[in-house]
Amino acid sequence: MAIKKPRIIVVGGGLGGLWATMRIAEAGNKVDLFSLFPVKRSHSACAQGGINACMDTKGQHDSIWQHTVDTIKGGAYLGHQPPIKSMCEDAPGLMRTYDRMGVTWSRTPEGVMDLRLFGGVKNKRTCFAGATTGQQLLYACDEQVRAHEARGLVEKFEWWEFLSIVKDASGRCRGIVAMDLRSMETRVFRADAVVLATGGLGLVFGKSTNSTNSTGAAASRVYQQGAKFVNGEFIQFHPTGMPGDDKNRLMSEAARGEGGRFWVPRKKGDPRPPETIPEEDRWHFLEEWYPAYGNTVPRDVAARAIYKVVYEQGMGLENDLVYLDLSHKDPDFLRRRLGGILEIYEKFAGGDPTKIPMKIYPAVHYSMGGLWVDWELDTATGAMKQPSPRNHQCSIPGLFACGECDGAYHGANRLGANSLLSASYSGRVCGESVAAYIKGLADSCEDVPEGPFSDEKKRQDDLNRQLLANRDGENPFLLHKQMGDLMREKVGIVRTNKGLDEALEGLKEIKERARNISLDDSGSWSNQPLAHARGVQDMIVLAEVIAKSARMRDECRGSHWKPEFVLDIPEGKFPGDPEFEEYRAKWKRNNEEWLKTTVAEHQPDGPRISYEPVDTSVLPADQPRDYR
Amino acid sequence: MSDVIRLKVKRQERPGSSPYWEEYEVPYRPQHNVISLLMALRENPVNAKGERVAPVTYEANCVEEVCGACTMIVNGEVRQACSALVDTLEQPIVLEPMSKFPLVRDLLVDRQSMLDALRKVRAWVDIDGSYDIHEQSPRISPQDWEKHYDFSRCMSCGCCMEVCPQFNSKSSFIGPAPIGQAWRFSDHPTGRYFKAERMRALMGDGGITDCGNAQNCVRACPKDIKLTDAIAKVGRDTTIQMLKDLFGR
Repeated sequence: MAIKKPRIIVVGGGLGGLWATMRIAEAGNKVDLFSLFPVKRSHSACAQGGINACMDTKGQHDSIWQHTVDTIKGGAYLGHQPPIKSMCEDAPGLMRTYDRMGVTWSRTPEGVMDLRLFGGVKNKRTCFAGATTGQQLLYACDEQVRAHEARGLVEKFEWWEFLSIVKDASGRCRGIVAMDLRSMETRVFRADAVVLATGGLGLVFGKSTNSTNSTGAAASRVYQQGAKFVNGEFIQFHPTGMPGDDKNRLMSEAARGEGGRFWVPRKKGDPRPPETIPEEDRWHFLEEWYPAYGNTVPRDVAARAIYKVVYEQGMGLENDLVYLDLSHKDPDFLRRRLGGILEIYEKFAGGDPTKIPMKIYPAVHYSMGGLWVDWELDTATGAMKQPSPRNHQCSIPGLFACGECDGAYHGANRLGANSLLSASYSGRVCGESVAAYIKGLADSCEDVPEGPFSDEKKRQDDLNRQLLANRDGENPFLLHKQMGDLMREKVGIVRTNKGLDEALEGLKEIKERARNISLDDSGSWSNQPLAHARGVQDMIVLAEVIAKSARMRDECRGSHWKPEFVLDIPEGKFPGDPEFEEYRAKWKRNNEEWLKTTVAEHQPDGPRISYEPVDTSVLPADQPRDYR
Repeated sequence: MSDVIRLKVKRQERPGSSPYWEEYEVPYRPQHNVISLLMALRENPVNAKGERVAPVTYEANCVEEVCGACTMIVNGEVRQACSALVDTLEQPIVLEPMSKFPLVRDLLVDRQSMLDALRKVRAWVDIDGSYDIHEQSPRISPQDWEKHYDFSRCMSCGCCMEVCPQFNSKSSFIGPAPIGQAWRFSDHPTGRYFKAERMRALMGDGGITDCGNAQNCVRACPKDIKLTDAIAKVGRDTTIQMLKDLFGR
């Protein structure tokens, strides 16, 4: 009694959205794909270094189990483990599929996919396509979806902005309201299931490594309509960003994986050009502090080490920078393996990284948290059951989420090259889940009365009308900048409760001012300030979730760091030593209190925070993270 | 060093309305690029006459020259605006929208025709489905990889189309970028199974024979993709395909 001709909407055309679209279309269903811009320009293109999968082709006895363990521990045990286990198990199959799609994977001399080393692991496990892996994977999916478009299974709505979902009387998601970014008209689209694949939220911090469209606004909109948002406090700071006024461009982690070394001069303010400073006058702080992993410790560890060198010890260059040095490597090797990213550095920062050390600085990069999504346990295997209509379904029935906008897989810190994996994998799982969900639907979205649709459209039209009518108010671009500055300063790499209280106060004031935004453009054609103003209002709501979740979590875990609650591994002590075992006991006691998922729910006066237990059935939290 | 950056933008409110030039002076900041300059202007949208105006409409996303969105004409040269560093540009910096695509507003144009062309030349590898068949595609030599990777970095930015004398609203020529993609997929070990279809799509009106061999495309490509190599190979292969079709194989 499945419904005839189901209608399915996917919002977002990065890797997650395109994978979901493929799997839904391959099940024979028609997909309407919405995107702010042609999907080929999505932020997935910016991922550089690679994608993790245990291919075990380097004679290192790599295993899927080790990938699972690295991901769980890298995330400080905060991710639900059965879905992580499934992701790592399915990763090699995903790589083979990408290979069949024609992805230009970098090759070994005998023509098979090559692998490189990334952070937080000891084995080569990262598949890559030069230094533009995300671009290559995105294009492969874009091509496959174009093929489905040619077959009549996909219709694209590019230059459309998602504004809200529409729920029926029972609270089930039955469609969306979207805005044509050219005519600025809003329109209702009915759907039997809606997938959000709207990416990250770096723009909440003003400057980040993210693309200018990664605002998190879409996730914020469904959050304000009742969807739960988890682990908002876990924001990844990428250790190797390039300083910049407009954005922090990324220097890929592949630069570390391929042998890049961090250092600062041993002598503070050493005036010599870096290339003339001899080895003995260079302080390789990561190699000294973490001899086992050296320069390839996980991102949170590297970012905090740089913070320590720069802010606590005052040893930074030009106040807050450190060197990332590749100049000891063969230039031809570097061009071949890292060409794309070296070009970005040369173009934007200036200087040839094959000759001179690069200057870098940690930058806001990735949100581990995101929309709450469900998953079903396969009791026979201890992994995630597939397919199941529960997988990747949000707390609002009929609404699904995948890619960076969901909060699954990465716990408190994401490992490098696991994001292209989770984006692809979650999109695939989500698409299969939607196909299973609509099979069980008793009635079609066409049967829902008009009321909820026209009500929601009117609400959106009123919001637009008010913004267009306001005069002499706040400039949305300036207000956004001020919010970003506040978030980077008070909700950054190292946090204090005092600073977080100030952030919440500041956000309250910014939220008040955002009610009074006015636009310098009152036009009805391609009005970018209008779209941005709406985004700013929604970004503020997410900023509150992030700051409040951080304020409530009194511990250090992964990317969330509050020095007043730090539990340090005793120096020079290892498992078996009484001091280490005492530390382990304290660490376990702390887990009893804090190894739990932060859940934010929208209330008119701000987010309400509660907690849910984490499924640790695959790898119990017995071994603290230790990268020494 | 002057304390302002002078900027001149060709503006147009909507398709069909008349274009006009507007000048601005933006406070100097080191390391500005053209996109960060337009971003700064939005925060205080005032023209050189001191009038408050609607901010300039433009398209940008990655701001690191990998998405292709912010392509426009900067001081007469088509390129990505994000990697056009202000300190290297002559002033006033003159910005114009690309001229070969329908204008939406100000610097924003609609490059849909490029994406439609990818569909026309079947720019994908045909697969049974996006699931694991427990097999990879055949091996690819590092030498072939290098040739394919060159073309797989094409971001459909449109620079090659903008400078191509044969690609314009009066001709049906498909343009250099889609021809490059048709070659790349036809050289792939399984993509070549549908090479004949791709070559046929590039025969006749608007196809490969409309290329005037000006070689502007290869010079304008921001990623140095060897477009003319692909055009030459496709020229040869379409001829072979035509003869095969003519003689019934």
